[in-house]
Amino acid sequence: MPVVMDAYQKLLEQARQAVAEKGESGKAVIQVGSATCENAAGAREVLQEFRKHIAASGRSDIAVRQTGCTGRCSREPIVNVMLPGRLPVKYDRVDRDAVHEIFTKHVMGGEPVAERILDAHRHAPPRIEAMFCAGIRCGRAQHLDFAGLFRQLLAEAGVQGEAVNVIEANCFGLCRTQEMGNATHLLLRPSNVIYRITCEADVRDIVNVHIKGGKVVERLLTTENAPIGKRFFQLYGDVPFFNRQSRIALRNSGIIDPESILEYLTYSGFEAMAMVLDRNDRQWVIDEVTRSKLRGRGGAGYPTGSKWKLGANAAGPVKYIICNADEGDPGAYMDRSMLEGDPFSVLEGMVIGAFAIGASRGFLYIRAEYPMAIKRIELAITQMRKYGLLGENILGSGFSFDLEIRLGAGAFVCGEETALINSIEGNRGQPEIRPPYPTDAGLWGKPTVINNVETFANVPVVIIYGAEWFSSIGTEKSGGTKVFSLTGKVAHTGLVEVPMGTTLREVVFGIGGGVSGGKALKAVQTGGPAGGVLPAEWIDTIVDFDTLMKAGSIMGSGGMIVMDEDDCMVDIARFYMTFSQDESCGKCTPCREGCTRMVEILDRITTGLGTMEDLGKLERLGKMIKKASLCGLGRAAPNPVLSTLLHFRKEYEAHVLEKRCPSNRCKALAKGAAAPAAH
Amino acid sequence: MLSEEERKEIEAECALYEHRRPATSEALKIVQRHRGWVSDEAVKDVAEILGASADEVESVATFYTLIFRQKVGRHVILICDSVSCYIMGYETLKEHLGRVLGIELGQTTSDGRFTLLPNACLGVCEQAPAMMIDEDVHGHLTPEKIPDILSRYA
Ligand SMILES: Cc1cc2nc3c(=O)[nH]c(=O)nc-3n(C[C@H](O)[C@H](O)[C@H](O)COP(=O)(O)O)c2cc1C
Ligand code: SF4
Repeated sequence: MPVVMDAYQKLLEQARQAVAEKGESGKAVIQVGSATCENAAGAREVLQEFRKHIAASGRSDIAVRQTGCTGRCSREPIVNVMLPGRLPVKYDRVDRDAVHEIFTKHVMGGEPVAERILDAHRHAPPRIEAMFCAGIRCGRAQHLDFAGLFRQLLAEAGVQGEAVNVIEANCFGLCRTQEMGNATHLLLRPSNVIYRITCEADVRDIVNVHIKGGKVVERLLTTENAPIGKRFFQLYGDVPFFNRQSRIALRNSGIIDPESILEYLTYSGFEAMAMVLDRNDRQWVIDEVTRSKLRGRGGAGYPTGSKWKLGANAAGPVKYIICNADEGDPGAYMDRSMLEGDPFSVLEGMVIGAFAIGASRGFLYIRAEYPMAIKRIELAITQMRKYGLLGENILGSGFSFDLEIRLGAGAFVCGEETALINSIEGNRGQPEIRPPYPTDAGLWGKPTVINNVETFANVPVVIIYGAEWFSSIGTEKSGGTKVFSLTGKVAHTGLVEVPMGTTLREVVFGIGGGVSGGKALKAVQTGGPAGGVLPAEWIDTIVDFDTLMKAGSIMGSGGMIVMDEDDCMVDIARFYMTFSQDESCGKCTPCREGCTRMVEILDRITTGLGTMEDLGKLERLGKMIKKASLCGLGRAAPNPVLSTLLHFRKEYEAHVLEKRCPSNRCKALAKGAAAPAAH
Repeated sequence: MLSEEERKEIEAECALYEHRRPATSEALKIVQRHRGWVSDEAVKDVAEILGASADEVESVATFYTLIFRQKVGRHVILICDSVSCYIMGYETLKEHLGRVLGIELGQTTSDGRFTLLPNACLGVCEQAPAMMIDEDVHGHLTPEKIPDILSRYA
């Protein structure tokens, strides 16, 4: 349908013009994060302070812009200063004093404030940054060690390390055109060119012509113009926390202005949607998504393509699509960050899903605790309607679709799909027995497809970059990446996106910088209250749905909590069990009564009143609840207890036999506490 | 009695659906936005405008923790008791807040200024421990930071 592509091209042209007219190019740009976490850390005041400074300076060639959260949350507020022709510099924990110093010295004076630069990078930035892709495919070429050769040639040419910094970074996303194992990509900043290197002569040319001569080596430029990770690496590639990640679902977070549809358009926004509507072939969309091996990111890992196929094949003219943004798992906030930082990607994925199954109406169910995410999504929907990207006859394709936001009201169980449907229908948000599955009889009894925020955010990438490319990232059965919210006792807390199949070690130590405060790692918790606790010895386990399940935990929605020697595993198990007890909707007895009983036993153990018999009881009760409960909440609630019993039985025994908490966490057992009364 | 404005907003919500029932939780939230909480009388009024029974509306109202069936203070503090906050010092913080405000979880200060409620997860785990007052999230909390933060809410 050429009309769709024409309409899309027109929009794109309009967007490019508008962005150009805003005229940030050639200006000094100060980028300030704007997200719930950024604001909690003081980003709003920072933004105002910069505005004041700019006004006072009287200069018109300085611009400020806002973006979502990049995920380096423990160092927020983060400010990115981009001067024309220079490397972008990121500052962390910026406050009023810092604004003044950064503005006067760096923005006005051109000299970065080295002591305030984010992370370990606390020296003046080099003139040029050379980033070698060390992604899986480029990495295969590393036996050729182009990076080593590059360093050696620089040294021979007398170029100092302070002038050119060489980094090995993760995949830029160029691999779709690349022969495995004999080429590597190199991104040079600030000129932002990407070279494709296959032999020694290439490296020599780059050193002689580009680094020394200041000219681009035309013959080595990649023909691909927009690899998915380019913009991210341009802005953040110098920071180790970022350059070991693969940003796909978070491709725009921290880069674009989440309140501007025009800006999103210039970052390949709605290209996938236009492609889909242009082809006008549902089956093709479903096949692509199936072949990409994209699996639901909401926790269960159900293949998205299969779910869409069920939805498409279900009978009847009226169907619904729902985005599950209830994100209730304690310890997880990936979805919030995506909704705040890149709302259009999620909505674009939803429109594509709606087209694939034939839905003309959708709902985005979001928890009330996320006021900023709600505002951003509202704004995004309004803008999409205005530009004809939602509503009747989208882009002239004949396909019509619109959606509504529904707010949760503080009930964890509403994230379960049948409960969520009940909630939208205006009932108590309690789960229902499945089958029937929502794809057969969901909202108001009509076929309904429910997917998670992150699942939808991946969809445009699958369409634009292709199923082959997407499935090549990840493991045999799970394509793509997973975003984790890495929290707890870890040096760098924040959002981490890595290919499926990455080890926990890489996430916790490689990217997260290891345990904070120099303590020993005790365990890593994944999957929230439905998941388990893996002990430090299991740190080489890879993250993917099936492997984590086998290890006694689950992938879950992406919470990853690092625990150190001060954390008592019995207490943690009690914590999760209490959570599940509180959140149990009470509809079925095994979950309602069983969770209460388990909490009672754990309370006894952590106060020194437990017996060895209690441990057996916990196991039996846990297994029973898992088998007999109606919904996923009950069926998974005992997991934290069962996994700690499996891996940390000795800690339970210390509480029971020696009336001692090895981590000194359980107050009733602290030294000097009154001896527990016997039964 | 529902105010004119409340009625209008609820009707607009109803117009989105074929039936009026799906608007139940939204209607309750509309009332709460206007009055801070949902009284017994308001439950009846909402039931009437939706053509439902008061029991039906009540069963929805009591299901959700963020629909307040008791009077709350001018500002609602949601203190996050999720796992990240728990291991990063939630208990100390809770005790401190309780002492400063002179109330326990679930209570309202006698001057009607604050209500203190627990929340299962605010989704700002990277800045644990955290709390949300009205719509503002405050993170990296320590007892020392509390007075200054509270002073911003009259
Ligand atoms: C108790 C419970 C809570 C859940 N909470 C969420 C949630 O907050 N977000 C989510 O996407 N899925 C949640 N799920 C999973 C959903 O039921 C459903 O599987 C998911 O939204 C499907 O989307 P996906 O296939 O894209 O993962 C929850 C499940 C259970 C049992
Ligand atoms: S398992 Fe628990 S949460 Fe699920 S329906 Fe039963 S009582 Fe409700």
